[in-house]
Amino acid sequence: MKRAQNIALILLGLVAAASLFAGVLASSSYSEQFRDSLSAMPSTRFPLGTDELGRDRFARLLYGTRVSLLLAPAAALLSTLIAALVGGTAGYLGGKWERAVTSGIDLFLSLPWLFLLLTVRALLPLNTSPVTSVIITFLLLGCLGWATPARIVRAGTRTLVHSDYLVQARANGVSGIRLFWRHLLPNLRPILLAQFWISVPVFILSEANLGLLGLGVSEPLPSWGAMLRELENYTAILHNPWMLAPAALLVVVVCCLQLVLRTEDGIPC
Amino acid sequence: MLLRQMRRILLIALIGGLLGATLVRMGPGFGIDEREMDNRLNSESRQAIRSERATENNIGVFYLRYLAGLARGDFGFSRSLNRPVSQLLKERLPLTLVSLAFGVLGGASTGLLLALLTVWWRAPGSDVVPAVLSGVCLALPAAVIALIFLWMGAGGRWAIALAVFPHVYRYAKNLLAATYQSPHVVAAQAKGLRGARVLFAHVFTPAAPQLAALAGIAVSLAFGASIPIEVICDTPGVGQLAWQAALDRDLPLLVTITVLVALMTLVVNSVADLALAAWRPAR
Amino acid sequence: MLRIVAALLVTFTLAAETGGELRFCLRTEPKTFNPLLVEDESSETIRYLTAGVLVRLNRYTQELEGELASKWKVAENGRRIDFDLRTNVSFSDGTPFTCEDVAYTIRQLMDPALHSPTGDAFRSAPGAMESKCTGTSSVMARFPGAVAALAAQFDQVGILSARSARKESAVLGPFMVGEYKAGSYIQLRRNPNYWKHDASGKKLPYLDSIRLEIQQNRELELLRFRRNQLDLVNKLDPEMYDRLAAEMPKSVIDAGPSLDWEVVFFNQVATSPLPDYKRQWFRSDAFRRAISEAINREDICRVVYRGHARPAIGPASVSNHFWLNASLKPAAYSVPSALTRLERDGFHRSGDTLLDRAGHKVEFSMITNAGNKLHERTLALIQQDLSKLGIQLNVVVLDFPSLIERISRSFNYESVLMAITNVDLDPNSQMNIWVSSADNHQWNPAQKTPETPWEAEMDKLMQAQNAAQDLNQRKAYFDRVQAIVWERAPVLFLVNPNALAAVSSNVKNVTPATLRPQIYWNAERLTIGGTLVSQR
Repeated sequence: MKRAQNIALILLGLVAAASLFAGVLASSSYSEQFRDSLSAMPSTRFPLGTDELGRDRFARLLYGTRVSLLLAPAAALLSTLIAALVGGTAGYLGGKWERAVTSGIDLFLSLPWLFLLLTVRALLPLNTSPVTSVIITFLLLGCLGWATPARIVRAGTRTLVHSDYLVQARANGVSGIRLFWRHLLPNLRPILLAQFWISVPVFILSEANLGLLGLGVSEPLPSWGAMLRELENYTAILHNPWMLAPAALLVVVVCCLQLVLRTEDGIPC
Repeated sequence: MLLRQMRRILLIALIGGLLGATLVRMGPGFGIDEREMDNRLNSESRQAIRSERATENNIGVFYLRYLAGLARGDFGFSRSLNRPVSQLLKERLPLTLVSLAFGVLGGASTGLLLALLTVWWRAPGSDVVPAVLSGVCLALPAAVIALIFLWMGAGGRWAIALAVFPHVYRYAKNLLAATYQSPHVVAAQAKGLRGARVLFAHVFTPAAPQLAALAGIAVSLAFGASIPIEVICDTPGVGQLAWQAALDRDLPLLVTITVLVALMTLVVNSVADLALAAWRPAR
Repeated sequence: MLRIVAALLVTFTLAAETGGELRFCLRTEPKTFNPLLVEDESSETIRYLTAGVLVRLNRYTQELEGELASKWKVAENGRRIDFDLRTNVSFSDGTPFTCEDVAYTIRQLMDPALHSPTGDAFRSAPGAMESKCTGTSSVMARFPGAVAALAAQFDQVGILSARSARKESAVLGPFMVGEYKAGSYIQLRRNPNYWKHDASGKKLPYLDSIRLEIQQNRELELLRFRRNQLDLVNKLDPEMYDRLAAEMPKSVIDAGPSLDWEVVFFNQVATSPLPDYKRQWFRSDAFRRAISEAINREDICRVVYRGHARPAIGPASVSNHFWLNASLKPAAYSVPSALTRLERDGFHRSGDTLLDRAGHKVEFSMITNAGNKLHERTLALIQQDLSKLGIQLNVVVLDFPSLIERISRSFNYESVLMAITNVDLDPNSQMNIWVSSADNHQWNPAQKTPETPWEAEMDKLMQAQNAAQDLNQRKAYFDRVQAIVWERAPVLFLVNPNALAAVSSNVKNVTPATLRPQIYWNAERLTIGGTLVSQR
């Protein structure tokens, strides 16, 4: 298992290094349009061919990695932390507080948040730089993605609250915040790690969908999400299978993350 | 107890409706009608179109009127589709409910089954195939999965199941794996218990309350996935209706769908909570 | 000459055995079945196939032809029209068609409370209208003001029955609504009482039914077409056209440039929340002309539209044979000329950045509607083109209601890329775009008095072409409007996309036209399968 983890670490390192040294590895800029080489096949000049505007897919994939691989895990971490805090507190405190928080979670899950995103776009100046826009997008995703896991965290906490070791810790005089942070949260790790692992690809894809609302990555900045949207043209994939490169890379990264975050007791994230 | 729970569900759903309406009202593009861009219309007609939605400008008044209508069984009138909301729901709800049931049951049972198998087997690398499978399902946009199914001649409901599956698999796998590490399982194994008995009596059973919570979120996940999938597959269901209502800022339709989704989520979650409550004394 | 031959081909069309069902897709649910309230494209399709009209614009020859009216005469300088009606015609439910139906329809259409887009086209001045029978089979209508191309406007007026209990369901067109499953499909059935016969005396339409599937997803539509589950795709995007052309070359049709425009305009509204210096740029003729020259239209046609578009010239499409001002050419792509123009206007380069007279960096945003890949790609091209001038263009994609709100209410935008759908050859339909007091004078709407001399001149010219009855005189006025738009560039016309379609080889008698509905404009003569038989 250790070897698998090492391989995963090396792969993740390679992806990160490739994105950092994108300027050296890619022969052209991610935004330059080679209008005489539209939708070109892979070649030594363009290892993954070009897109419909003649832009180097390889360069776009590398630069897109910077955006997606940095921001999606950050947003996933944020949503996981909020879920732990809200769900954990509700389950831990129990009673009326739990009922109120649970109702709040249910309410949160049923609201049309699309309109909040639209409002945020309306409040942002039109000349907001693509980088600021994408950071705000991931921040929003992190702030809105906590409700689903919070319910499971709450259920998990309710089970743990009655466990022998927590009863014993309480009997030994451990109370309040210390009990929550030192004894409860570490035992919620399987749920929280699952949430983190799922959120990374989900947020990467959500960012692409938010592009439809004027949020997220805008031209000419590339992102994995935007490149994955190209896959909707499924017949083009049959003729240009290299279009699957971003999806393949995402699967590799997600699986590597899973292996790397595997804990000593063997529980995968 | 049941009555109190029902009262709570209804109250939250109605608050959800009000908050939903407020979000729509505050969002950009409210009260805009595409017809205004029609070059043939003169300014009087354009003004008349704008005033059609004036009754919706005050969200408090709108919601009170909406509730009064609701009490009479009237869900309001959809301007964008030019038909009563109740009629639209009547036509579309059965289709979506069937898809959701299929998606939730299919996705949850596949996820749970694979999680059980991986945890039971526990051989090194036993989780590689399901992990890659769930990774692929998460990495491909729902729209792409839906198109692949349609291309193969299958319905969009399969895509809903595949959207639910990785979530259920990942949570269930981690929960079951964690339970496998707990002292009572180690003790049971030390006493010679093996196989399915350990899995079901000592691993699955203690994790059941948290797995029940998964059922609740599976419904929200399935409905969330049904929106893009129904839009892509052109399935005339509530998911497609919700998307259309959002694009057209169709307030009565959006509020009704919000209340409906809230009710659905709340009912499933309450059932899960009741199961959890019934479970706890037994322990 | 070619056009005459083609027209003859249409007249002596080929027919097959009757029967069969034609299947194609509507992109959205129709919002109404009332022919007078039609606004959206799907409702327009239903109206075109089911409603009977007095006159019809032949989509192929672009000539006006009598339908329910055998003759018509425009009088009183375009205020009055008299129709002689066909006799022995019945609605689909058997109710006889009379002059009362026409008078009733026109009265309904002009009801101010109805707010019919079709009706508004007839309301050129305030006041009352009149419509009545002038004989057993003749009818007149008098409008409050002169209506340009009055007879042609009746192409859009579906005649209702004054007496039928079935109201809108009683129709005079070739088909009638048979079955409607919301969100799924609409089945149109052959109207057994349709009045038209072919040259051999056979009753039209040839088809038994038309099934309109409500299908928003273009990929799915294409998939179904390839699987032979659909017979035609009336509007293809260029990328799909090329894909289909590679697989089924005989099924695709490029009917040439359509009447639609892809345009860019800048916010010139005096009260908009823009900084003054930006408003000054956008109100400068030289700035707009320079941007226009810096956009490579040929590349947009080649890269974005894959060759299925033509650089646009102005308000008349290159396929609008009569109204196009032939002396104008699309703005030539020239970065040096654009730079010279900008320098003359006080702009200057500092390294790779363009600065204005006061030293402000020239950076602005361009919004467009979400979900339109062609627009997104066009913007990416414009972005790179403008970077050659040292201009930073920020691309923003918005959902449609947000976009409309910005360009028509809050005026909180800098520039916009839009598609404008044009269904009419006659420039009168563009009145609300070019007259400065109109709400759809998008770059600076609802002006109390024209803010620039050239807008004042355009106002006069548009009013004059509306009042004039002589077609050549009207054309002279509109030629000048086109010249002003070209010189002042309030709207940058980018391209006229081609009308692209796909038709199964099963469908016979197809004569593609550039005007909507390109493929099924002669729906009553289309057939499915069978052996072709000459009608002559």
